[in-house]
Amino acid sequence: MTAVITDPPDTAAATRRELMTGVLQRQGAAIALVIVVAVAWFSFPRFGSLDNLRDLALQSSFLAVIALGMTFVIITGGIDLSVGSLYALGGVLAAYGSQYGFLVALALPLAVCGLIGFVNGVLVARTKMAPFIVTLASLLFARGLLLAITDEGSNTYRVPADSAFIELGRGTIGGFGYPVFIALVLCVIGAVVLRRTRFGQSVFATGGAEQSALLMGLPVARTKITVYTMSGVLSGLAGALTAAYLQSGVTVIGVGTELDAISVVVIGGTLLTGGAGTVLGTVIGVGLRNVIQNIINQIGTLDSNYQSVVSGAFLLLVVVLQRSLARTKPGR
Amino acid sequence: MTAVTATAGGIDRARVARWLQEYGVYVAVAALLLFNVFFTANFLTLGNFRTQLVQAAPVCIVALGMALVIGTEGVDLSVGAVMALAASLIPLYLGAGPVPAIAIALVVGLAAGTFNGFLVAHVGIQPIVATLALLVGGRGLALVIANGQLVQLHDKTFLELGTGDLAGIPISVWIAGLLSVVMALLVGRTTFGRRLVAIGGNRTASALAGLPVKAVLVGVYAICGLLAAVAGVLATARLSASDPADIGMLMELSAITAVVVGGTALTGGRVRILGTVFGVILMQLVRATLIKHNLPDSTAQMVQAAIIVVAVYVARERSTR
Repeated sequence: MTAVITDPPDTAAATRRELMTGVLQRQGAAIALVIVVAVAWFSFPRFGSLDNLRDLALQSSFLAVIALGMTFVIITGGIDLSVGSLYALGGVLAAYGSQYGFLVALALPLAVCGLIGFVNGVLVARTKMAPFIVTLASLLFARGLLLAITDEGSNTYRVPADSAFIELGRGTIGGFGYPVFIALVLCVIGAVVLRRTRFGQSVFATGGAEQSALLMGLPVARTKITVYTMSGVLSGLAGALTAAYLQSGVTVIGVGTELDAISVVVIGGTLLTGGAGTVLGTVIGVGLRNVIQNIINQIGTLDSNYQSVVSGAFLLLVVVLQRSLARTKPGR
Repeated sequence: MTAVTATAGGIDRARVARWLQEYGVYVAVAALLLFNVFFTANFLTLGNFRTQLVQAAPVCIVALGMALVIGTEGVDLSVGAVMALAASLIPLYLGAGPVPAIAIALVVGLAAGTFNGFLVAHVGIQPIVATLALLVGGRGLALVIANGQLVQLHDKTFLELGTGDLAGIPISVWIAGLLSVVMALLVGRTTFGRRLVAIGGNRTASALAGLPVKAVLVGVYAICGLLAAVAGVLATARLSASDPADIGMLMELSAITAVVVGGTALTGGRVRILGTVFGVILMQLVRATLIKHNLPDSTAQMVQAAIIVVAVYVARERSTR
């Protein structure tokens, strides 16, 4: 209290600058998204069309579900490289299961991918192996499993045309597909869990200062196992939704999806060092990535390879900005 | 009596674990070789060894650079993309002769690595994210340069790199062997190597001790980029085509696997060059064994996953000491 009163005026200015920096750092992705959307809206008449927006939302929903799990994992200071493989595996399992009915089509991918995520979590939490390596191994394992059940990738399971499961991917409310609403609901739940529950707090504590969290008696191991399991289940769900939408279990999807998910989480302001991050940021990151992709598609003359160049450059720009903004904070 | 036995057992287990960490990869390679000699038809032929070594050479070269980076407690995800960049540049400059074309590819690899190093050392970005940006953007850039096309190459001198022999041993294997020796000397016998290991062990302490931490880090990533470009050039020569879409795909994972299986911990502070070379050989042998016994790709991938987990589980003990 007294400190504030005795502060000389230039400190007040410094505090304001610090506040601005903080806003930029936290809301940088949101500001960028608004600018990019505004530019796209006025430059490309087709961008603002309802059809395009519906398409954009649907495309974003699958990645958003995966990135939601990744956000939790990264906040605990970990990383999950297996999500791309689990996404593909989930799709194949859902398509395979759909011949036995709706419930099997949904439960099979969630159970198997959740189990692999659980094993990731146990290995990371109990044996202290690096998350990077554990999930790299399960990336290979899940791909191998996918190949094993699809006859080395030559057999694509189709969802029966009369299956109720297809509705999950292709059904719409107001033109927007079910996956969009599922992703939205999950992200809202995720945000609430992260901010408002004891589990969410121990996720932050585990990533922020693991030793302190342990000493305070927080269930660090259980928290880690839970977040990796969540990440597995969500990746499997994203795969199931994709299979329902495509009406088949496409075997070749998901290669490099883990990198997309990590980039959007980082662009959304979640620190890879753990201990800080938001679900909203991740959702904005997903939006930003897909809007930029959409713009490149709209330009048409640019070939699709520019998309990854732009994504890479953008990721770089964001992390360099984050880093330099973090540096201007005093005490760092 | 029982207590003594128990203690002896405990010591033995610790000793076995340490011994496994140190020599596990060599034992595994020897065991796999023996298995193949007895159970695999046509294994002990010159042609087979040639094929295995030629296939392993580019991975080995990339893994050498990766071992240095991992020794500094970093990781370089961009090696596959750098290979693609190098490959995409070859056909553009091959008209001026193979030497300028290779030189340009290597310079670009060096530049890419230096850029990664700058981001890690000077900007202070985590290695995973810093190199992830180049992984995402690099291959795209390579495809833009090459117009998304596969280009057949016809320059005889250049293709010799991929198909030629020197004293009965393929040129690419010579290069991989030579680079392994150079890297072993660099790590074991130079100030740079000592500094690298020190920085990986404890970066803060190294900085406080006055080591040029940033310069060494930039150097390490630059070497890794350069080696990736060398691998890209060799792989292109062997394929006799520049294929930026496919070349070096998932190479970062193979290289990291080889380094880790070779006994270099991801926590840094140690670089095992010989272990890394044997890690590459082990993974190559595993794949060859599975293929020769007609096991499908799916099984091969799951076996690789299991090997990685076991190798890291064994290596993990070191951190508790």
